[in-house]
Amino acid sequence: MSTLYERLGGQQAIDVAVDKFYRRVLSDPYINRFFEGVDMEKQAAKQKAFLTMAFGGPNNYTGKDMREGHKRLVHEMGLNDSHFDHILCHLRSTLAELGVDEATIAEAVAIAESTRDDVLDR
Amino acid sequence: MPTITFEGKDYACREGESVLECLERHGVLLPSSCRAGACKTCMVRALAGTPPKEAQQGLKDTLVVQNYFLACIAKPTEDLTIGLAKEGELYRAQVLEKRMLAPNILRLRLEKPDGFRYWAGQFINLVREEDGLVRSYSLASLPEEPFLELHIKRIPHGRMTGWLFADVQEGDALAFRGPAGDSFYVQHDPEQPLLLAGTGTGLAPLYGIARAALAQGHTGPIHLFHGSLVREGLYYVEELRALAAQHAQFHYYPVVLQGTPPEGGLVGDMKSLPVERLGDLTGYRAYLCGDPELVEALRRAVFLAGVGMNDIYTDPFVFAPA
Ligand SMILES: Cc1cc2nc3c(=O)[nH]c(=O)nc-3n(C[C@H](O)[C@H](O)[C@H](O)COP(=O)(O)OP(=O)(O)OC[C@H]3O[C@@H](n4cnc5c(N)ncnc54)[C@H](O)[C@@H]3O)c2cc1C
Ligand code: HEM
Repeated sequence: MSTLYERLGGQQAIDVAVDKFYRRVLSDPYINRFFEGVDMEKQAAKQKAFLTMAFGGPNNYTGKDMREGHKRLVHEMGLNDSHFDHILCHLRSTLAELGVDEATIAEAVAIAESTRDDVLDR
Repeated sequence: MPTITFEGKDYACREGESVLECLERHGVLLPSSCRAGACKTCMVRALAGTPPKEAQQGLKDTLVVQNYFLACIAKPTEDLTIGLAKEGELYRAQVLEKRMLAPNILRLRLEKPDGFRYWAGQFINLVREEDGLVRSYSLASLPEEPFLELHIKRIPHGRMTGWLFADVQEGDALAFRGPAGDSFYVQHDPEQPLLLAGTGTGLAPLYGIARAALAQGHTGPIHLFHGSLVREGLYYVEELRALAAQHAQFHYYPVVLQGTPPEGGLVGDMKSLPVERLGDLTGYRAYLCGDPELVEALRRAVFLAGVGMNDIYTDPFVFAPA
């Protein structure tokens, strides 16, 4: 059985998805303050790393990296479950826009969901 | 098995090993993060040899033609000499012409040294040899022209600009290194619509890029927005109008923030005006140059209007704070 990452189309599919996903995130007034002042181009590369991860693709991020990467957002800017839920929502909408079926979307969302406690530093 | 040469030393690569892994096995650590070809932290440049194509996937065209690649996913098939960044050779060139384009904007034309090759829109680093002061200036000329053209804005108490405006004379020799920069025209799709936007001397690279695109037969629409606070700050108005008259696909918009624009021009804020004017920018390629704050604002605006992140090329004129 191929991985979700392969079924979605690998690196090329991620390139397409990342712009759509990031555009949704930056247009969402509920969460875009977290992305103020961060270098957009570098951040786009990180979004790509995020999606690669959510698709179960090759990555070397550990739970500790997720914790470290978002600590500042949790403790200085108040990142919480409601923001996390918005991100999952954008992930769903992006994949649906790309024509991915519901069962596959559920799989990707489940992978992202599994990082919740690390991202929110609990 | 291929050999990787880095900083003068040779490293033998094993079967199936990436450039990053090979160097690490030898105790050489390059910066890296995701190790999956996504985050671009480990990007290096092949100074000799051809990097594997799959290690350039997802990089901008202008990085690809300069042989940049991602070390973490590059399984080399031939010997490679790699470098992190290349400090350009030092050149000396005579000042052929010094002329004012606007009250505070100087045009310098330097003789193009033999062997100096560049893409229109790249920049050079001028070096003041008496004290080693270095500042970057974009090239407005085309590589096939016999001179290098720079547009320089006067900066109050500016060290390099003060010297260039007051002391440097026609016939003097200036030293520089380069070229450098990733914002230039590579023909990828001759029909792709292009948006070029900048204020002040941000026009310098855009003037080069627009003419390079036209010279290479770009047929898609090219929209150039040049902004200034007031009318007097706009320059090359006649040249750009002439270019628009010659090429139906080229559109020129002089923009002022205050007062009366030149005939056919617009009044408004350059941060939002290009997007307001053109609407949906899906499928566009954008070149954004000049004032760093403007470049960042436009980057966000054009991205949200539909331009892909890899289709946004920028050249912010970053300056050191006092
Ligand atoms: C990639 C790149 C390309 C560039 N291309 C061009 C170009 O084509 N044409 C051009 O005119 N410039 C260009 N610049 C800017 C140029 O390199 C210098 O920063 C600028 O000319 C000022 O140098 P200076 O030594 O005269 O001023 P400095 O002595 O460095 O600065 C004097 C004072 O003025 C402030 N200052 C400097 N620049 C500005 C500014 N723009 N606005 C407000 N305050 C400022 C400084 O903080 C300092 O307080 C480019 C910069 C980069 C990074
Ligand atoms: C679904 C779970 C999430 C995953 C898997 C994830 C993944 C990542 C990754 C891989 C990075 C890059 C780390 C690095 O290399 O430095 C990152 C950074 C970042 N993430 Fe997330 N993220 C998640 C949720 C969120 C949420 C909910 C927000 C805010 C609404 C957010 C905002 C950011 C920001 C702003 C950065 C950049 C931090 C900085 O550069 O200082 N992330 N994320």
